[in-house]
Amino acid sequence: MARSVTPRRKLLNTTAAWAIGLLIFFPILWTILTSFKTEAQAIAAPPIFLGFDWTLENYRVVLERSDYARFLWNSIIIAGLSTLIGVAIAVPAAWSMAFVPSKRTKDILLWMLSTKMLPAVGVLYPIYLLFIQLGLLDSRAGLVVVLMLINLPIIVWMLYTYFKEIPGEILEAARMDGATLPQELLYVLTPMAIPGIASTMLLNFILAWNEAFWTLNLTAVNAAPLTAFIASYSSPEGLFFAKLSAASTMAIAPILILGWFSQKQLVRGLTFGAVK
Amino acid sequence: MGQIELKQVTKSFGDVQVIPPLDLTIHDGEFTVFVGPSGCGKSTLLRLIAGLEDISSGHIEIDGKDATDLVPAKRGLAMVFQSYALYPHMSVRKNIAFPLRMAKMDPAEIDRRVNAAAEVLNLADYIDRRPGQLSGGQRQRVAIGRAIVREPSAFLFDEPLSNLDAALRVGMRMEISELHKKLKTTMVYVTHDQVEAMTMADKIVVLQAGVIEQVGSPLELYRRPRNTFVAGFIGSPKMNLIGGEEAAKHDAATIGIRPEHIDVVESDGMWQGSVGVAEHLGSDTFFHIHNTGLTETITVRAIGDINLTHGDTIHLNPRMHELHRFDAQGLRID
Amino acid sequence: MATKASRSAARLMMAPAVILLLGWMLVPLIMTLWFSFRVYLPLRGGDQGWAGFDNYIRFVTSSAFWPSVQTTLIIVIGVLAITVIFGILIALLLDQPIWGQGVVRILVIAPFFVMPTVSALVWKNMFMDPVNGLFSHLWRFFGAEPVSWLSDASLPSIIMIVSWQWLPFATLILLTAVQSLDSEQLEAAEMDGAPWHKRFWFLVLPHLSRAITIVILIQTIFLLAIFAEIFVTTGGAFGTRTLSYLIFQRVLESQNVGLGSAGGVYAIILANIVAIFLMRIVGKNLD
Repeated sequence: MARSVTPRRKLLNTTAAWAIGLLIFFPILWTILTSFKTEAQAIAAPPIFLGFDWTLENYRVVLERSDYARFLWNSIIIAGLSTLIGVAIAVPAAWSMAFVPSKRTKDILLWMLSTKMLPAVGVLYPIYLLFIQLGLLDSRAGLVVVLMLINLPIIVWMLYTYFKEIPGEILEAARMDGATLPQELLYVLTPMAIPGIASTMLLNFILAWNEAFWTLNLTAVNAAPLTAFIASYSSPEGLFFAKLSAASTMAIAPILILGWFSQKQLVRGLTFGAVK
Repeated sequence: MGQIELKQVTKSFGDVQVIPPLDLTIHDGEFTVFVGPSGCGKSTLLRLIAGLEDISSGHIEIDGKDATDLVPAKRGLAMVFQSYALYPHMSVRKNIAFPLRMAKMDPAEIDRRVNAAAEVLNLADYIDRRPGQLSGGQRQRVAIGRAIVREPSAFLFDEPLSNLDAALRVGMRMEISELHKKLKTTMVYVTHDQVEAMTMADKIVVLQAGVIEQVGSPLELYRRPRNTFVAGFIGSPKMNLIGGEEAAKHDAATIGIRPEHIDVVESDGMWQGSVGVAEHLGSDTFFHIHNTGLTETITVRAIGDINLTHGDTIHLNPRMHELHRFDAQGLRID
Repeated sequence: MATKASRSAARLMMAPAVILLLGWMLVPLIMTLWFSFRVYLPLRGGDQGWAGFDNYIRFVTSSAFWPSVQTTLIIVIGVLAITVIFGILIALLLDQPIWGQGVVRILVIAPFFVMPTVSALVWKNMFMDPVNGLFSHLWRFFGAEPVSWLSDASLPSIIMIVSWQWLPFATLILLTAVQSLDSEQLEAAEMDGAPWHKRFWFLVLPHLSRAITIVILIQTIFLLAIFAEIFVTTGGAFGTRTLSYLIFQRVLESQNVGLGSAGGVYAIILANIVAIFLMRIVGKNLD
């Protein structure tokens, strides 16, 4: 509903919008700035905004002391694999629901969504117990499975809404042209759906990366990803602002960058296609 | 070869039978058009032949062999879809080559056939473009190209011209007819447009509610419609169908007279009425006439150069030997 | 639109997703239900037999229950109110023609991508720390006594942190909805002489109502389950123990699985009540 307005009005709107944008972004900006300060400057009163001695010391200390690489690697593996496996399972399922719908398709979709609504804390102990029994506690494999399962409904839904936009006639044409079902999926559907599949993967990578219930409760040392790494700063190291900031910046930077690319798909993915 | 035979074919969606038992033979080399109003089952019938839908009972034979349970790819048929269904991520060349690639044909042979098809369809200049960069007519030709390279035993067309504008439609109509003359391959063509049916078909199959109302050549259908539905559907403008007393005079429940079979006379016509709407097309004039004493509005086709307008009184003389008579069930009386 | 072959292929291709999710849902759910009827203390004798409805009764009659419900409600309602109201205002502002719209949009959305543990820690230490936090500097600058946010104003602090995380979500969805509003409608209303507040009330707000409902429902489901923000900041102390956190403590901290599971069943029922409304809306959108 954008309309044309007077330049004065536009200037006013612009000022207000930038002020609000910067205010909302400020905690992130402040964290990034603080990560380049010395500890003394980080807690200096009054606070120093830009005029401090820029240093990479905090990054060096964090990297040296806390085995950051292992946490990062765990985050990448867990978020990446859970997304890849999820998509591999969801593509055929979404194909079925989008192109061979039956009376039950809608019910199945809604039911899948409902599994997403199950409060994690309600099933914490059973999962915890199963993980102990299966030897999955504090293992990357276990977390990959859990995060894949909690995000699978969103992956199926997003792919479903993207596939629905592909005309069924094109797949029928492939069938007439002699393509088998795997060929139809590989040569026709997947290439056409690549933008949708990519944004689905992006969003789910982000969700898995930031997941902070199961990653905190099911890991200890070996499989802990960055969420747990940061939680370990809660005290007393948290009082070292500069180092906390460096650690935080490293944990959120990759995802902030990815996130900016996925903002358009965010709406569709998080509202299950109800708002486009 | 491309003879298609449907034997007692039915199709149901759930409890709804959309096609009651139906028999039809499409001969090799014939241009057959399925025509009917939307929802008459003509597209479903085409999809049954293609194998994109299962038939609920009966048999489909292609070239004498039972094809009822064959997957679409194995039936040797090619289809052109209403939306063209081109692969948007492939160039024109790759689109046309796709069925050959699926058949694992030798790449040199694929190239030869694709180039030949592009030549025939005037696509050579666009061969490396994507479908998104083509006009509607060009896309249509790519879809046809993709169908002809396979050298199928029959082509299936599902309302291929309905997405084109009127001028382009006339051109493509002729191109498809010429293609048929050149290839002499069986073509099955679905349309809701009776003009397309009349101009292109060797054989027209008129369908209503899944039932074949009449099968015949365009002129057979025009001259001797088997019932009131076919009478009203074939021919443009529509045949005047008149019931009541006027029909009773001719020992029929309904009589039909085509607009072009009514003469406008100076006076003493069989019917007399006042002109409602007069559509002056230049070559012809169509009059819609009220107050004739009949319940129905009468449509008349007259010569183009005639000076009658709204409100004028007009005298009409139907040519009696062109009168069609139908009984209470709507069936033709000879 | 299909053949028997494609329908059976479809069933086959849907099977892995359906079976996995079915297992993921049923196995833990049945276990939770089972435990909730048992006296089950893993560190103090393990499974000690049938408990009947004792766990359910004990859970709701414990002194911690009602405060936790109250805390949960305050947090959920507080965050919803802040995010929806400011979400609408920011969405309307961002919808206006402004310079650098894309950049502002990115700035506003950014908090959504910050992992919960990071945002909780950054707020807790760098902003809310009573000695060195930025707020304490600000308070001192104005001559006020710095506040120990997370102990003295614990609930508002948590609400603030969580709102900061969820405001981008609300804004983004509401902005999408605002942008789909037909500008001709608004212009027609302007021609009819409707002042801006009437245009907002009678045109914009009704248009946004569906998006607002969706924001409320989805956020409610996530807000009922917030964990990391409390785990990292207060650990459930200072009156910030929500229902989820209470269950978490019963299960993992005091290792009373029977009691915690009964609480879990309550939480599941509560989430399902919200979920039903959400499903209705999403389901309608499918047809």
